[in-house]
Amino acid sequence: MSFFDELGQYLSSANNREQIVDTLAEHCYLALLPLVLGIVLAILVGWLGNTWPRARGVILVVSNLVYTVPSLALFVVIPSLIGTKMLDSINVVVALTLYTAALLVRPVLDALDAVPPAVIASATAMGYRPARRFLTVELPLAVPVLAAGVRVASVSNISLVSVGALIGVGGLGVLFTDGFQREYFSPIVVGIALTLVLALVVDLLLVLLRRVLTPWDRAAAPVKEEVPA
Amino acid sequence: MGIEFRGITKKYPDGTVAVDDLNLTIEDGTITVLVGPSGCGKTTSLRMINRMVEPTSGSILLEGEDIRDSDAALLRRGIGYVIQHAGLFPHRTVLSNIATVPLLSGWDKNKAKKRAAELLEVVGLPAEVGKRYPAQLSGGQQQRVGVARALAADSPVLLMDEPFSAVDPVVREGLQDELLRLQSQLGKTIVFVTHDIDEAVRLGDRVAVLRVGGKLAQYGTPAEVLRQPVDDFVAGFVGKDRGYRGLSFLAADDVLVEDVPTVRVGSKPEGSDGWRLAVNDAGEPRGWLAPGSVVDGELVEGELLAGGSLYQQGTPIRGALDAALSSPASLGVVVDADGKAIGVVTARQVLDVIENHPEGVAR
Amino acid sequence: MIGEIIDWFTNSANWQGEDGVPTRVLQHLGYVLLSLVIATVIAVPIGLYVGHTGRGGVLLVGSGNVIRALPTLGLVTFLFLLFTDSDIAAIIGLVVLAIPPILAGTYAGLQAVDRSVVDAAEGMGMRGGQRLWQIEVPIALPIVLGGVRNAVLQLVATAAVAAYVGLGGLGRYLLDGLAILDYGEVAAGAILTALLAIVLDLVLATVQRALVPRGVRLAEAGAKKEVSA
Repeated sequence: MSFFDELGQYLSSANNREQIVDTLAEHCYLALLPLVLGIVLAILVGWLGNTWPRARGVILVVSNLVYTVPSLALFVVIPSLIGTKMLDSINVVVALTLYTAALLVRPVLDALDAVPPAVIASATAMGYRPARRFLTVELPLAVPVLAAGVRVASVSNISLVSVGALIGVGGLGVLFTDGFQREYFSPIVVGIALTLVLALVVDLLLVLLRRVLTPWDRAAAPVKEEVPA
Repeated sequence: MGIEFRGITKKYPDGTVAVDDLNLTIEDGTITVLVGPSGCGKTTSLRMINRMVEPTSGSILLEGEDIRDSDAALLRRGIGYVIQHAGLFPHRTVLSNIATVPLLSGWDKNKAKKRAAELLEVVGLPAEVGKRYPAQLSGGQQQRVGVARALAADSPVLLMDEPFSAVDPVVREGLQDELLRLQSQLGKTIVFVTHDIDEAVRLGDRVAVLRVGGKLAQYGTPAEVLRQPVDDFVAGFVGKDRGYRGLSFLAADDVLVEDVPTVRVGSKPEGSDGWRLAVNDAGEPRGWLAPGSVVDGELVEGELLAGGSLYQQGTPIRGALDAALSSPASLGVVVDADGKAIGVVTARQVLDVIENHPEGVAR
Repeated sequence: MIGEIIDWFTNSANWQGEDGVPTRVLQHLGYVLLSLVIATVIAVPIGLYVGHTGRGGVLLVGSGNVIRALPTLGLVTFLFLLFTDSDIAAIIGLVVLAIPPILAGTYAGLQAVDRSVVDAAEGMGMRGGQRLWQIEVPIALPIVLGGVRNAVLQLVATAAVAAYVGLGGLGRYLLDGLAILDYGEVAAGAILTALLAIVLDLVLATVQRALVPRGVRLAEAGAKKEVSA
């Protein structure tokens, strides 16, 4: 039986199709919710590091450390740290939120550093209070740098979710363990393909979102750089 | 022989013409400045001399030989090259940066280091800088190291691509003076690119003004370019006050220096109804005492009106006019080479000299 | 929970034999180092070529992103079904996943070399190879090694996941512990994996510090000072 016959047979089963749709939906939830939560957390922590330079070193060390912990290890220790059940999907959400935040803290700090001091000074001079200045001036200007980090985090999350299948919560990852146990290529290939497509679609959406959020960048883009003499 | 551009054209694949049929002869032992707005092809022209850019058509002769006949890397080792931001190698010490070309050319390591140390002195840097890394130097120091590195091969030709554009104005002026001093000792053939017309007229023996699209607009001495721009483009490029700046090239031997009443700082001057120049014990001007001012006891410097710029006898007449215009007494103070006041000039006298000068005003 | 972990670590049976900590750590380390060497041999030359010539940069970044999106578990189970040998499947999977960070680091490192420095090197008559080895590579080294560090973190994590297809190493504790619900063993596996990752990262950080030329470090420090000033 060729691979394509096998694939056709696999996809013709309504049960299998239902499983694919269900796991895909779960995969989106498990990857994207932590992405959003992680971004918020990273911005909060970044703001802390930006306004309180002493915290900066600690923040960077901790985020590096979190990022160093292997995903499977984090998945299995989180229940004991926060008291959830081993098979609860919250574990994956918490772990991936931490990864996302750990990955984004440095870009947030770098992006905030890159905001021209003159802009901050003029905002202050016009009477912005620090919190409002941060939300309406510094943060928007940090979006272009931040966006690059968010795209990496989204791809990484989408690919990591499937590791959760080893602790029973894994979105499309369940198709991999399924295929492995039944020595069956089709679910694995379908799982890989859908993961890649999902990563691509989310990436495109993020690119669009970045364009919408930073209209000034687009306005600046068409102006051709001076031709070097 | 020098460097000869023969019908050089550079077209890029997208159709932009960077240099358009350039014919130019650069004389040995001179500083030739290529100047123009961005997009005029000045850097492209410079980079064609050491084959960093290959022309689309035409040929360049160096000492009478077509540069395409020599291997590009070997050609470059024989031509000094200085660029904006210096482009120093951050992972190498200052000395080994300077020794780059000698080592590439297979010199013995000790000989190369010795040469590098000599050059450090030539460009006016203390010996201890040699062990430092570029990141530990100021912008001006980095640029000096860049010049030293270009001199290391002892090549007769030096290409300088906006070498001083990235440093602040005060440092830039110092570096320019330094370059002129070096050139008076070394007599290299220097091709210098800048977008700054002031820098061009200050440094250049000859100035080539290029227009956007890579066409040569005018090629001549700085005085010619300032006084007789060939067209509106050159006139516009050299700027509005070109008449005034042209005075930089006019000697002022004919200006009559008049005597002026002086008072010595520390003495007890009597009242007077004219302007009096205050000088110190060495005869150097310190400021002015206004007409009718009465001094109680000894004259101290705090009581003086600040003087204007000083004009050193024998330098171009621009300085004399400026000295007269900037003086509170409308009298420009003339000093000798030691800085001692020898008299004053008025703006009227300076203008008379200019008007009567055979090359005086732009006609 | 903590009691279980202490019990596990203090049980001398867990420190001996085929399933003992020393063996498992060495196995894990072996997979990581073997795949790191293979991935480096493949990725560094490609990264140097693309970075030096500037040809194929878009293709390199694009394919790197696609591989990054590949789900680890899917790749490893797929390869296992293909080769029916856990060692071969796991090593190939690990190599595939380690290539993008090394490639990206090498390429980005060369890209980040100040253009004026490369220009000066060329203008002084350095040939292509001299420029690459004497100028570009030493200056790019911090970023190249940063890519290697990322790859190592990824390898430690992925080697644990690859235990699912029957590979040895520290992942065994995680998965075998999960299978028999021995949380002490699971947590011990997680701690050991995380520790291994952190220790390897520290070792590489030290190597990085030793290999990066002093002038490059000074330049980096200078740039950072300017940003924070």
